[in-house]
Amino acid sequence: MKVYMYIAVMALVTYLIRVIPLTVFHERIENRYLRSFLYYVPYTCLTAMTFPAILYATGNLKSALAGVAAAVVLAFYKKSLVTVAAAACLAVFVTELFL
Amino acid sequence: MKKKEIQQGLRDGIPIALGYFSVSFSFGIMAAGGGLSVFQAALTSLTNMTSAGQFAGLQIIIAGGAFLEMALTQLIINLRYALMSLSLSQKLSRNVTMGQRLVIAFANTDEIFAVAMSHGKELSFSYMAGLQVLPVLGWTLGTACGAAAGNLLPASINNALSVALYGMFIAVVVPAARKAKPVLFAAVLSALLSCLFYYVPAFSGLSAGVSIIICTVAASAAGAVLWPVEEDT
Repeated sequence: MKVYMYIAVMALVTYLIRVIPLTVFHERIENRYLRSFLYYVPYTCLTAMTFPAILYATGNLKSALAGVAAAVVLAFYKKSLVTVAAAACLAVFVTELFL
Repeated sequence: MKKKEIQQGLRDGIPIALGYFSVSFSFGIMAAGGGLSVFQAALTSLTNMTSAGQFAGLQIIIAGGAFLEMALTQLIINLRYALMSLSLSQKLSRNVTMGQRLVIAFANTDEIFAVAMSHGKELSFSYMAGLQVLPVLGWTLGTACGAAAGNLLPASINNALSVALYGMFIAVVVPAARKAKPVLFAAVLSALLSCLFYYVPAFSGLSAGVSIIICTVAASAAGAVLWPVEEDT
């Protein structure tokens, strides 16, 4: 039962964030620092969730590092999200074949 | 509802839906690994429509964190959607009703927002509904399939697929960091803080959700103070 409570809290908070600016509050955020803060949020939260967690997501550290390397290189060359994700998976799979 | 607008939306939603299916498959595997049932995993995806938020939420569910911690984590991580909804509301056609806005808000994800904003015309409800329906289905079904298949797949495949979501995160951050040095700085700072909390024993009492909040807030605030963004970004 507790799991459903968690899901309800997540869904409610997320929906409110999306719906309030679309319905009640239409104005533009003027504060430059708040706008800047929000600009950086996607990048900092995604990075915090990825490191160091990705290093322990697979069977061992070496295959995880191969996955990181593949993802970073392809992302650097601006490949699509799905291509980068698939390459990371493939790198992990292949590395583990040889370990 | 205009048929042509719906069709255009559906067409634009197909690539997003395919991408979502493959990435949420990986989320499904993780959720099942964390003890969620197939139904619970799929329900999470259907009601949240957010990769980063759900991923952080899953860590909190697994760790049995407090509801307040869950609410705060979602608020910080998903606050960026407020900005997107704000921009989106400027581009909606005047005759989109309040009820329709309540629907459109539900699946205003990073990718749907990006496609909607690059759409040449002002946005009708028909187009937005068409655009959102397939990605919602793809995200939910992918999660269900991943959660169902997770226990059946061999460990080698499971290990490989479990980096898919992280791979997608990297694919979002790296190009932005390459283009703008301040983003690189903020992202590296965030990763360093995250590693600090993970490896230094003094911080071992810090839960996953709280750690993500602190890293996100501290690194974003540092970026905002050192390099505030120019107008219109």
